[in-house]
Amino acid sequence: MSQLVIKNLHISIGEKAIVKGFNLTIKQGEVHAIMGPNGTGKSTLAKAIAGHPDYTITGGDVQLDRKSILAMQPDERARSGLFLAFQYPSEIPGVSIANFLRAAVQARMAEGEELDAAGYYKRLYSKMDLLKIDRKFTARSVNEGFSGGEKKRCEILQMAMLEPRIALMDETDSGLDIDALRIVADGVNAMRSSPASPGIMLITHYQRLLDYIVPDFVHVMYDGRLVKSGDKSLALELEAKGYDWLKQQPATA
Amino acid sequence: MKPPSEIETAIAMDANPVAGIDQTKGDFQYKVDYAFDAGTGLSADTVRYISSVKKEEPWLLEFRLKALKTFLEKPMPTHWATKDLGNIDFQKIRYYLSQGQKPKRTWDEVPDDIKKTFERLGIPEQERKFLAGVEAQFDSEAAYSNIKDIVAKQGVIFVNSTEGLREHPEIFRKFFGKVIPTGDNKFSALNSAVFSGGSFIYVPKGVKVAQPLQAYFRINAENFGQFERTLIIADEGAEVVYMEGCTAPKFSTSTLHSAVVELVALKSAKIQYITVQNWANNVFNLVTKRGVAHEDAEIKWIDCNIGSRLTMKYPGVVLKGERARGEVLSIALANDGQHQDTGAKMIHAANNTTSNIIAKSISVGQGRSTYRGVVHIPKHLKGCKNNTECDALLINTSSRTDTYPAISVRGDRNATQHEASVSKVSEDMIFYMQSRGLTEAQAMSLAVNGFINDLARQFPMEYSVELKRLIDLEMEGSVG
Repeated sequence: MSQLVIKNLHISIGEKAIVKGFNLTIKQGEVHAIMGPNGTGKSTLAKAIAGHPDYTITGGDVQLDRKSILAMQPDERARSGLFLAFQYPSEIPGVSIANFLRAAVQARMAEGEELDAAGYYKRLYSKMDLLKIDRKFTARSVNEGFSGGEKKRCEILQMAMLEPRIALMDETDSGLDIDALRIVADGVNAMRSSPASPGIMLITHYQRLLDYIVPDFVHVMYDGRLVKSGDKSLALELEAKGYDWLKQQPATA
Repeated sequence: MKPPSEIETAIAMDANPVAGIDQTKGDFQYKVDYAFDAGTGLSADTVRYISSVKKEEPWLLEFRLKALKTFLEKPMPTHWATKDLGNIDFQKIRYYLSQGQKPKRTWDEVPDDIKKTFERLGIPEQERKFLAGVEAQFDSEAAYSNIKDIVAKQGVIFVNSTEGLREHPEIFRKFFGKVIPTGDNKFSALNSAVFSGGSFIYVPKGVKVAQPLQAYFRINAENFGQFERTLIIADEGAEVVYMEGCTAPKFSTSTLHSAVVELVALKSAKIQYITVQNWANNVFNLVTKRGVAHEDAEIKWIDCNIGSRLTMKYPGVVLKGERARGEVLSIALANDGQHQDTGAKMIHAANNTTSNIIAKSISVGQGRSTYRGVVHIPKHLKGCKNNTECDALLINTSSRTDTYPAISVRGDRNATQHEASVSKVSEDMIFYMQSRGLTEAQAMSLAVNGFINDLARQFPMEYSVELKRLIDLEMEGSVG
């Protein structure tokens, strides 16, 4: 069983400290929801763990299967089994989803090993069926001119194809109407029930997503650290009471 | 036969690199003994030597000597072009090197030292696979030239320029130097003085050549200048596709390649001319290419410029007959120490003529790409249309691009549209791709291939695959 261990992590952008001592362990198969008001460092956390060059790790460690990933390039982290579903995925003009994913799958193979094209498409199409994605979709350029819902579905398709051991999902629900939300949630749930179910860090503002992807744990992040952890009932409590009552809580270990 | 499955179709649609050549593939040299050598430097004697070994008629020697005079009189065009041109030392270049003037008709007859070069470049193999004819030029002369029997029987002529002049003077002389006069520019004058090699093609009325004809230009010697001269004539209703490839080993001194290519598409004829240039980055590549399209004829230039130290090349079409069509699709990639100064010229000279220019350039590292275009539609014409698109992609902050479009459309009965864009590969885009497991170089390469994808798709399969491979290799060294 894989696990991601985040130990006393501190992250800055330039001189500004954003994440200030974050601790969490995510095991494969678990879903951890991270909630909290805007500007508390949730997205920073996800992007920094994935290796975005704008963020500086000023303290602590992140380990995937007992190995620190902090010295690794973003692509090495990805090939080690980490996946970031972006809040705002980039457009890649002229590169089809099918070719992009193919390049990503090929990048995971040993040097000299040839991708079996027939096998690749068979797998791609079965994942698309699972996510109720039309065949024509993968001929389109990655994210170019996509609606919010299409972008998120494209992220989920990539996640399904790359089969990460740990997935960081950054505000996957933002910009989605209820139908799109349900489709995305169905995709995540299908992955959860597969034998290679990833460990998921699910970053969200709203309880709404958690009606569809039921988390094993709910954590509240405030001012760069976790201030409260619980089970799914915590999300309902937050929905009813807001975040203000938590702002005075001490950091959990 | 059963129809292809969904998966088979998907695989066939993929532009996956399966073959192709790489940038370093041309970087090798076998020792060759030359029987004919014009020595170093340029003078009237050099010109006389070339003309005499080719046993040319007096009019041609006159033509050459006059061209030399024009070359010497014309100033270097550094008032508008790059100052780097001033670094060419014409007295340090060798103008003619060959083992003989008559190309062999079979690869078995080609001398071993030359044959192994072309085998290493994969030319005989490509010929067997998909070409109607091949001419392989080694320094000044074609070492091999052959055309498939079935094509020759249709009356198609495909020989080098020396043979063309000797054996088909009545056609050659009629068109030679008419599309690009000697004094067109300094380098067309130089070529006219010392030209050797290149292709002469004549496609008779109504003959459509099914497979492409290919020429391969190989520079092998150091301090050398290659000056091939190509003349392609498609008679009424004829169709032909011509492809050229070029490589040279990487020397520490500079090499000059200065070709002149003239195309004539008579009534309703179609000529497609495809170049994938992969010169080593010490080559000055200064080429003049132009075609004349008569009534209802079509000329299409597909021009891919990778490598070289400086390329200056603006393929053009003179739209001489009504409803003639001209097209230039070009891709240029400028890496460190390289300047791709490329573009297109469309001269409308008849009613209802149309032209289309799509130029994409990529600048990597300190590389510089320049687009220069001329579109001319005079006032007395009507129903003429031009479309010009030039897009530049910058990879690094030190990369550079310039655009100089000159579009003059007079009168109110003609139409033009022009679009230009400059984009940069963003850090976020690269991070996004890296977060899927692609290395930075793979991510760059994919971004570049995406940028040219819509254009590359219009190329013949073999060439788009080769182009993609070349880009991958160029991008590998571009990060860090």
